Amino acid sequence: MKNFTNRWLTRIEDEPVRRKGIDRRSFLRRSGVALGGGALLGMLPPTVVRRATAAEKQNTPQEDVTIEKRRSVCTHCSVGCGVIAEVQNGVWTGQEPDFESPLNLGAHCSKGASVRHHGLGSRRLKHPMKLENGSWKRLSWEQAIDEIGDKLLEIRETSGPDSIFWCGSSKASNEGSYLQRKFAAFWGSNNIDHQARICHSTTVAGVASTWGYGAMTNSYNDMHNSKAMLFVGSNAAEAHPVAMQHILRGKENGAVMIVVDPRYTRTAAHADIFGRLRPGTDVPFIYGLLWHIFKNGWEDKEYIDSRVWAMDDIKAEVENWPPEKVENVTGMSRDRVEEIARTMAENRPGTIVWCMGGTQHHIGNNITRIFCVLQLALGNIGKSGGGANIFRGHDNVQGATDVGPNSHTLPGYYGLSEGAWKHWARVWGVEYQWLRDRFDMSRKYDAGNGEMKYTMNIQGIPVSRWIDGVIESGENLSQQDNFRAVFFQGHACNSQTRGTEMKVALEKLEMVVISDPYPTHMSVMSDRQDGIYLLPTSTQFETYGSVTASNRSLQWREKILEPLYESKPDHVILYLLAKKLGFADELFKNIRIEGEEPLIEDILREINRGTWTIGYTGQSPERLKLQATHRGDFNTTTLLAEGGPCDGEYYGLPWPCWGNPEMKHPGTPILYDPSKPVSEGGLTFRARFGTERNGENLLAEGVYSQGSDIKDGYPEFTGDLLKKLGWWQELSAEEQGSAEGRNWKTDLSGGIQRVAIAHECAPFGNAKARCKVWEYPDPVPLHREPLYTPRYDLAQEYPTYQDRKAFWRLPTRYMSIQEDNHSLKYPLVFTSGRLVEYEGGGGETRSNVWLAKLQPEMFAEINPKDANNAGISHWQYIWLEGAEGGRIKVRAMVTPRVGPGVVWTPFHFGGWFQGKDLGDKYPDGTAPYVRGEACNTATTYGYDSVTQMQETKATLCRISPA
Amino acid sequence: MARMKFLCDTERCIECNGCVTACNNEHDVPESINRRHVVTLRDGTRGEKSMSVACMHCTDAPCAAVCPVDCFYTTPDGIVLHDKELCIGCGYCFYACPFGAPQFPEKGAFNARSKMDKCTFCAGGPLPDNSAAEYEQYGRNRIAEGKLPLCAEMCSTKALLAGDGNMVSDIYRKRIVNRGGRPDMWRWQTAYEFSDNKE
Repeated sequence: MKNFTNRWLTRIEDEPVRRKGIDRRSFLRRSGVALGGGALLGMLPPTVVRRATAAEKQNTPQEDVTIEKRRSVCTHCSVGCGVIAEVQNGVWTGQEPDFESPLNLGAHCSKGASVRHHGLGSRRLKHPMKLENGSWKRLSWEQAIDEIGDKLLEIRETSGPDSIFWCGSSKASNEGSYLQRKFAAFWGSNNIDHQARICHSTTVAGVASTWGYGAMTNSYNDMHNSKAMLFVGSNAAEAHPVAMQHILRGKENGAVMIVVDPRYTRTAAHADIFGRLRPGTDVPFIYGLLWHIFKNGWEDKEYIDSRVWAMDDIKAEVENWPPEKVENVTGMSRDRVEEIARTMAENRPGTIVWCMGGTQHHIGNNITRIFCVLQLALGNIGKSGGGANIFRGHDNVQGATDVGPNSHTLPGYYGLSEGAWKHWARVWGVEYQWLRDRFDMSRKYDAGNGEMKYTMNIQGIPVSRWIDGVIESGENLSQQDNFRAVFFQGHACNSQTRGTEMKVALEKLEMVVISDPYPTHMSVMSDRQDGIYLLPTSTQFETYGSVTASNRSLQWREKILEPLYESKPDHVILYLLAKKLGFADELFKNIRIEGEEPLIEDILREINRGTWTIGYTGQSPERLKLQATHRGDFNTTTLLAEGGPCDGEYYGLPWPCWGNPEMKHPGTPILYDPSKPVSEGGLTFRARFGTERNGENLLAEGVYSQGSDIKDGYPEFTGDLLKKLGWWQELSAEEQGSAEGRNWKTDLSGGIQRVAIAHECAPFGNAKARCKVWEYPDPVPLHREPLYTPRYDLAQEYPTYQDRKAFWRLPTRYMSIQEDNHSLKYPLVFTSGRLVEYEGGGGETRSNVWLAKLQPEMFAEINPKDANNAGISHWQYIWLEGAEGGRIKVRAMVTPRVGPGVVWTPFHFGGWFQGKDLGDKYPDGTAPYVRGEACNTATTYGYDSVTQMQETKATLCRISPA
Repeated sequence: MARMKFLCDTERCIECNGCVTACNNEHDVPESINRRHVVTLRDGTRGEKSMSVACMHCTDAPCAAVCPVDCFYTTPDGIVLHDKELCIGCGYCFYACPFGAPQFPEKGAFNARSKMDKCTFCAGGPLPDNSAAEYEQYGRNRIAEGKLPLCAEMCSTKALLAGDGNMVSDIYRKRIVNRGGRPDMWRWQTAYEFSDNKE
């Protein structure tokens, strides 16, 4: 399916010709050598012998120059593949496979195999730039920071600190992303967010509210032990290719592989069983499975009785989903549903994997929860080979979610309550009052649900809605004023929906700052003539730090190169900006600055001192560096080090790694696994929701982790609980001072955790997982049709929510959209997804020549039936118009991969807008090699009822020949 | 003496293009060339299979047989290489090759074919091992460094295997045994058609 047009080839050839390939001059030169040696070479006129350009000389492997090997981690997806870079004289000249890495065993997909291109940097932003009168002017860093800082302070003065939208990044390291969150806190706003919002925010919320933590429970490697693997809305072959190494090994060990997806994906091509699902009908599908499971008595009754609460409420809802109903709503044959249910029941332990297909819906939190409920019913959670294996997206989205820029919480999921702020104020060494005064304390605003709060305690506007922060009327916002400026550090904009409205928002803003290695779609998609700043930012290969893979393992990255051109790493830019804005001393109180660079190790140590909730306390820089050096000692299925200085530890000290580093907890490879003692990585379900509800016991019954001194359920540990148990004396005097009146999350000495674990108890308690989340709009997960649904009849039976006035500071619409029948004008389902060669918004990967040559054009997959109905032939240009009027011009890929009635596009393209190529608008030499329509120019409104996740996976469109 | 072979396990290939990119990276091939490419059959439907293809280093190489200037030679390990100094860009090898391995950069005089370029099994060419000149013409020589082709070393799922033919066969044989003959072997699903084509 690769089609090369001459026009595309011309684009590539515009690049300076490199030493590879023969052009006429070098041919002549070499023929001279063949004829009689170098003497002839010297006699040719200089103009014939073309000098290599500096760019060409830079990256050729040099003979007789020492090769240094440095190890980093791929910056693309969350598998965390090790990267070995060969560096000669500071130039990145080669890549070698990292065979010793237990996560990838040397393997790479096309993206990982291409990372050396970062060191070439041909299309990188080279120096700070500013858009002035429609053209890009070069600035010095001093000028840029000065102007940006002045404008930010002016906006703060007149509109308050909430009028800036800060966008952080899941491509920043743990230290970088943590600093982004802390920066926003010291600026005085919660309006900071990152890619997790539009990726797995519904997962984190739904899963955490079910059993305590919202992360992947097992690991990619652990899938070797699965007997069944159910993929719902996950195309691992393209989104997590190296994970397929582990998945296929599991399959070869006898696992049955089931793929459920609207498309027959490349992952489905390896499956034993494939079921085609209508986008947005995941909840009925799972209820369809549960119907067979309960009818046949396949559920794990003992597991449910001891570890699960409210399964009876699920059984009641299952009655509403008999096979004919499920078939009508999902489009999947009832035989297939039964086959899948039977397979999961007969092949345990089984694991479930889901990605964007399950999360990106306005009922995403319902979907993620019902996935968990399925696994609880089968008794698959807390077992090797089982689990809820949530494959995260970007390389550090897990870390950035854990400790980084989220608008709804401070680092470590502490939330935004007064208690949360006081905890972090203590860790940061600043007075709570001082921090409070940084915020808009002029009045309280509508926090939704009838509560009025200060913005310090209200969730900030998330990245999925930032445009509404700009264009919504100011009086409808729960903050002083609209956004007047945005600062995007490491986040694309073409991954968010409603591109036509985004253009309006960009044109309304007074200042746009983009801190990124590449200019990104944001720099060109609007008609702005002024006020866009581009700050060249270094990639993670030009700095160092820790990164958290999807399986919660932390890895240490070494620095491969010095920052290219004038780029600076995230944390350096934030330091310079904080200095200008006047809070650098407080921000970096406990972090040493060397020159203009905050010390990364000190930042991680600060994270270690404060993040008790999820056990980011044991992974000190020293422990991580030691593991990196001895990574070859770790078993590639269990991830346990066998011998060597890390003996007994799990690779990456997967969180929770309890207590302080001196306690040397080995990490928790499989969450909620009671077969091991807590001190060796075992765990229970978290007691997060209280000890009882309506008279029913929420704590575990008769089940506890191995060796536990409490042989039943127990609540979370506090200083008071230790006293009641008679364990208080086991704390040192210093620990007692710290633990008095505090709990396992706020005791900065770590003593409470240490003593709990000394008794083999989990610091966070031992409870039941819950199937009913009473705080959520739908306590028992329900199906609701997508806002833009092709089945208007079903929208009457399964309607969406009522509109809301103040939800995450914004009015949010539901029924006012679904009540109209959009399918009359827009009959086709429009969904989107990933390609293996590109990643995210694509600014980086489409600027990589080795990747760009593999996917030269944007396209839409259309079933032959729909193509014939519209008079469209393969590979012609078409207009795809979304249900809110946004239009994109793309190639038609006519293929049976998508079912009839569904159109699919990749979302990585950018640099075009509604038919027009914006290549000329990029600063010279920075336009990506490959440009195309961003699919999100044509996507629509729709936001999750708990997290504001965007509904990208199920909307509507129509197509016509262009 | 080892006889070098490639084998792509189609049960594992996921068309990730890691092999293609590893090769482009390692050898800095011209933009218009992919020494290795992934072929996909039945794209988008049941039975979709992908396979990574490059020069297969045939024992009785047809490219060598037809070359009018005899620029091909086979190393003692069975690796088929050629000498770009002798190549006249006639294209016969391309016609002869069943795998489409020979490629041409289209940068010759009058935009003609120019010197043939192909997968070298990461074994460089006739110029001195690991010299800058060899790199410029043929790419890296990993074999001379005791390494194996990077495409196979970096394959995301270990589908692509490269090395001594006997060892490669052995690895593949073990996989077949482990798989119990799946997916092609008869089992109850094939016999009873429970997995019908209704999705």
